[in-house]
Amino acid sequence: MTRAGTATIGHDASGDVIVASGDWTLAYAPALAGLVATLRGQARPGLRIDARGLGRVDTAGAGLLLDLAGVDAIDGLDPRRRALFDAVARAQAAPPVPAKPEGGLVALLARTGAAVEHIGDNVRRLVGFIGLILATLARTVPQPRRWRVTSLAFHLEQTGLDAVPIVVLMNFLVGAVIAFLGATVLKDFGAAIFTVDLIGYSFLREFGVLLTAILIAGRSGSAFTAQIGSMKSREEIDAIRTLGLDPVEVLVLPRLLALLIALPLLTFLAMAAGIVGGGAVCALNLDISPTMFVTRLQDLAATRHFWVGMSKAPLFAFLIAAIGCLEGFKVSGSAESVGEHTTSSVVQAIFVAILVDAFAAIFFMEINI
Amino acid sequence: MNATAREKVIEVRGLRNQFGTQVVHENLDLDVYRGEIVGVVGGSGSGKSVLLRSIIGLLRPAAGEVTLLGEDMMRISDARRSAIEARCGVLFQNGALFSSLSVADNVMVPMREHYRLPLPLMQRLAALKIALAGLPANAGAKFPAQLSGGMVKRAALARALALDPDILFLDEPTAGLDPIGAAAFDQLILTLRDSLGLTVFLITHDLDTLYTICDRVAVLAQKRVLVADTIARVEACDDPWVREYFQGPRGRAAWAAAARERQAIAADAAPTKS
Repeated sequence: MTRAGTATIGHDASGDVIVASGDWTLAYAPALAGLVATLRGQARPGLRIDARGLGRVDTAGAGLLLDLAGVDAIDGLDPRRRALFDAVARAQAAPPVPAKPEGGLVALLARTGAAVEHIGDNVRRLVGFIGLILATLARTVPQPRRWRVTSLAFHLEQTGLDAVPIVVLMNFLVGAVIAFLGATVLKDFGAAIFTVDLIGYSFLREFGVLLTAILIAGRSGSAFTAQIGSMKSREEIDAIRTLGLDPVEVLVLPRLLALLIALPLLTFLAMAAGIVGGGAVCALNLDISPTMFVTRLQDLAATRHFWVGMSKAPLFAFLIAAIGCLEGFKVSGSAESVGEHTTSSVVQAIFVAILVDAFAAIFFMEINI
Repeated sequence: MNATAREKVIEVRGLRNQFGTQVVHENLDLDVYRGEIVGVVGGSGSGKSVLLRSIIGLLRPAAGEVTLLGEDMMRISDARRSAIEARCGVLFQNGALFSSLSVADNVMVPMREHYRLPLPLMQRLAALKIALAGLPANAGAKFPAQLSGGMVKRAALARALALDPDILFLDEPTAGLDPIGAAAFDQLILTLRDSLGLTVFLITHDLDTLYTICDRVAVLAQKRVLVADTIARVEACDDPWVREYFQGPRGRAAWAAAARERQAIAADAAPTKS
């Protein structure tokens, strides 16, 4: 049996008396809140509440009644109910927290400033972390006892071998698409044969390594962040430190070295797959036979372009691993933080890879390679 | 209160839980009556948390019946189940606060889902629950990751209390609290039970909690509830594990502390009566 709570105001010799009845529970709280606000406006100080007719009362209802008067001014409470009102009154006595000011131009400026500062901070920390990695590497390399071969092999399999199918497939498809695009444009000039140059040039110099780096940033960089991040949030990193080990040496170096080995190998496969993909389109659609394709490719001074592309692979590998691991170390506390930093790791790694690639393109053009 | 007239809010009959070949519960019976505080004890791995999960419906038992607030939870429609679940508050062992929401928002989640309340009223109620759970007022704006272990428990209690539930399930509520905080937590549970007619089902290893606030203690051993009775009668049980549990050094210390407190209360009360 439930009955909506209600209250009426009356007067007697000693002053105003509010008679409360019915159920003062959460279900009726919105209506009761309005009622209480009205009664507060009408009542004079020194009012009393008659609670004898109350049905069920929960903390929400008790809180609202206490807005009208203190516990001492409420008549007709049995000891149990008085305990509830006492508890609620004590809880409500705590001073309310002032609401946070938000919105407006100042907040916008503050957020912009914070974002800029955050970028600067990211760069500073990344550079610092790279220095730390290099220092640890220099310390560890002369001591073969401290090489973590098992861990290295494990990460080599995860980041290298397991990524082969997707890297090969993706580059094959992109190679085919580029061949189609090139053929469409070049055919009109009667220069369809230059499609071979386009494929060779683009895959050896740029696409092979860049596509692989982007894929690995999404696949392995994110994995590094998630692995290290969840270890951080469960205090495993602290445990590593207290055991007298260096987290950079234990966690970062095997991942970094694995990626340094895996990414150039994957890049090689990517270049081959892209060229095969382009060659397939040339053979099937453009009447450029595989023999002619290979001959034409050899005229391209392909070795030079191959080394230009390949020289970027270790650089990308280093940056992806460093960003992935650093973001992992930045995780704090909650599981949500792991997700945030994983996203941030992938975005940063891809951005940095493309940025470095752009600078490298300018650099190689200037020195005429 | 006599046993026959009291309303059973939780009734477990012939419960059987097993994971693979490992049987956790076999033919387990348990009754919990309205308004009482029942403490469930048992060794590690005796299936205390599993029992709690099968009562609140997070785990479907292999066999047996669970009746919660008069509803057969094995054969209930989803809509009725949701209504029953809104009348149960659960405090999980590690708090289980939503990490992406502030403490106040965590407390408001059940209010948002089950009632249509204006935001200022919800904020006010959330602040009330947070204060009731013994947290400072500024805790509402904090995120779970910023809280200490003890504060997480209190924030989770605030969320469990959000809808003023009929039954409060607590999984090791005082673990991780300092002794003063734990004693205050016990008193808070007692106050809420007395004023709201709450029924409390609590899993605990804290002997002080058992002695100070539990009306009955259920001992989980040998895959079933070995004994469920007042603590004095449970102590007298001649099972070796039960004896070891309550007569060990920690059990005796808790018993002595509870006895001292009772004497002190009696001494306080005596002059006012005369």
